[in-house]
Amino acid sequence: MSARPSLFSRLPDKLGVLIAALVAVGTMLPLALLRANRIVPGEALPIWQALPAFQAGILIVALLICVIASIWLRVPGLRLGGAIGGVAILLVLMGQAGGYLTPAGNDLARVSPAAGFWLLLFALSLTVTDALAKMKLRPIWRILGVLLAGVGLLLLLGSGQWDDLSVLREYQVRSAAFWREAERHLLLAFGSLSAAVLIGVPLGVACFRVPRLKSAVLNLLNIVQTVPSIAVFGLLIAPLAWIAATIPGAARIGVSGIGAAPAMVALFAYSLLPVVSNTVIGLENVPGRIRDAAFGMGMTRRQAFMAVEVPLAFPVILTGIRIVLVQNIGLATIAGLIGGGGFGVFVFQGMGQTATDLILLGALPTVILATASAVLLDAVVEISESSATRTMRA
Amino acid sequence: MIELQSLTKIYDGVTVVDDVSLTINSGEIATIVGTSGSGKTTLLRMINRLVQPSSGRILIDGEETSSIPAYELRRRIGYAIQGHGLFPHRSVGRNIGTVPRLLGWKQARIAARVDELLDLFGLEPGEFRDRMPHELSGGQQQRVGVARALAAGPNILLMDEPFGALDPIIRAKAQDDLLAIQRRIGTTIVLVTHDMNEAISLGHNIAVMDQGRLLQFAPPADIIARPGTPFVEALIGSEDRPFRMLALQRVRDLIEKGPASGPAIDAWANARAAYAELLWSGREAAPVQEGGAPVGRITRAALQSQAEKPV
Repeated sequence: MSARPSLFSRLPDKLGVLIAALVAVGTMLPLALLRANRIVPGEALPIWQALPAFQAGILIVALLICVIASIWLRVPGLRLGGAIGGVAILLVLMGQAGGYLTPAGNDLARVSPAAGFWLLLFALSLTVTDALAKMKLRPIWRILGVLLAGVGLLLLLGSGQWDDLSVLREYQVRSAAFWREAERHLLLAFGSLSAAVLIGVPLGVACFRVPRLKSAVLNLLNIVQTVPSIAVFGLLIAPLAWIAATIPGAARIGVSGIGAAPAMVALFAYSLLPVVSNTVIGLENVPGRIRDAAFGMGMTRRQAFMAVEVPLAFPVILTGIRIVLVQNIGLATIAGLIGGGGFGVFVFQGMGQTATDLILLGALPTVILATASAVLLDAVVEISESSATRTMRA
Repeated sequence: MIELQSLTKIYDGVTVVDDVSLTINSGEIATIVGTSGSGKTTLLRMINRLVQPSSGRILIDGEETSSIPAYELRRRIGYAIQGHGLFPHRSVGRNIGTVPRLLGWKQARIAARVDELLDLFGLEPGEFRDRMPHELSGGQQQRVGVARALAAGPNILLMDEPFGALDPIIRAKAQDDLLAIQRRIGTTIVLVTHDMNEAISLGHNIAVMDQGRLLQFAPPADIIARPGTPFVEALIGSEDRPFRMLALQRVRDLIEKGPASGPAIDAWANARAAYAELLWSGREAAPVQEGGAPVGRITRAALQSQAEKPV
């Protein structure tokens, strides 16, 4: 036995074994689905039928390397590199399968990623997340990582690699609508978030100062949080329609029983609880002795609030904002149901037409946006925490 | 001079401080000692009006404190608390500069003052100015806490269990440092503690409190020799009385001429430490030196006479 440190570990990595099992199953399952048109059931094709022999070989070898790396490779950086390479190869070859399977000149036939592709993507993403968690990257590198992933995605889509796949076929016929709904989706998510922050943070401060207000407000918001989102939309139709009809000018600025207004109001209502409660908790967590010192030094109430309480509560408030943003990006999908727009439009249209590809056109951007926001804001929270709260916990 | 006149504080019908009057002379250290719940911290916090008295008044140098806005009063009085209460999101320098900044000092003057205080407390300014509080040891944090309290050069410093969070060795060092700094800058200090040893070794006068009432306010020797109530006597502890008396004296005041053998004792050591050394080494007398030079001897008999109850 040599004493020299090895790149490889002697014992297999537990998660690595699980990933290997997932990859094995994923390789067996069909990679692509070929259908005569967008609605009919189609033919599921495994890797060796969905790709030319050479490319299928490349994919299988790449997956094999990833499996070995995730089981035995000890250095997280190398495992990360391997898994990212694996994802890239999988994505590019999936696009290749689109071109390979679509009969020349046939605009109706659809090739879409099938169970095998999704399982492989999941297994490789698991390796990426695990390696990233083990590397304990500084927040700034995580932010950079998200930006790089975004650039990678844009390159992949911009290069036309995926143009023959069904999701992009759906996109090509409604690209104008896609960007319009994307804009609306972001407007709903960020608009309701901004309103919730503008109103929720002062409300949280008031709750912190007046304990009786606190229990009343938090209880009410807790109840709001438990009402199913669809029910909220339903409940809002009558009052908003009444406002639009009664108050002059309300209809002109876009208030109506259905559409964007009730969606905005509902998202705002759901956003309030995390913002208000995190503001209260953040302020309550400022240690009594630090507040005592601030007043003992001769700070006025306002000075103590701005110079001590707000900076120390900030990371917790930011955590509330992160919860709301991720939640709203997901929830905004429901707005599609009541004519509020957003990516939900494609999801519900797709459900109506039993067109899975159209559902994906709405769902995939939502998932990607929510994930990216979560990672970005987690990093920002960590940056703000590092200076403020470390000694508070000690 | 701080004059407390008939101070009373009632919380929800419970009297926590009951009709306390006492006068603290300028440049002196007054320690307030008592068990928890004795009202000692509330009494201290009434001086800078973190607690509003229910009745009674406080005069500082003849001026009634209730006539000044509370935040202005507090900027003129240093305040150091247990566990230091440093602002965790601000550097050591910014922490120390808190009150000067509130008073609107110029940047350059604040910076100079911060460095001066770091020096005074034995913290190299270049090394410590920009550190964050969590990067300091407990003893260093405590020193920064006191430096921050002294930043604007207040005449009065209030300290609430300032050494409570320190381990015994660092604590003794911190107490010595405080005495040295107080001798240098002459600040009037009011210090709250639950530790009778600390009260005796630091205070020119000791206020003993129990259940909101002031039982006795007197110099340490008086408190030990003539405890005013059974409670004060119990707090002193009858077994420890002679040794507490000894602890109040310095060896240099008891030196006599004559020979003695064995290791020397420092003239600035307290008499209790010297007596312990003589007992332990089985000697009747020991040489005394000051600044390394022999200055005479100290004898067991001389020490014992100091341990007797004064008449």
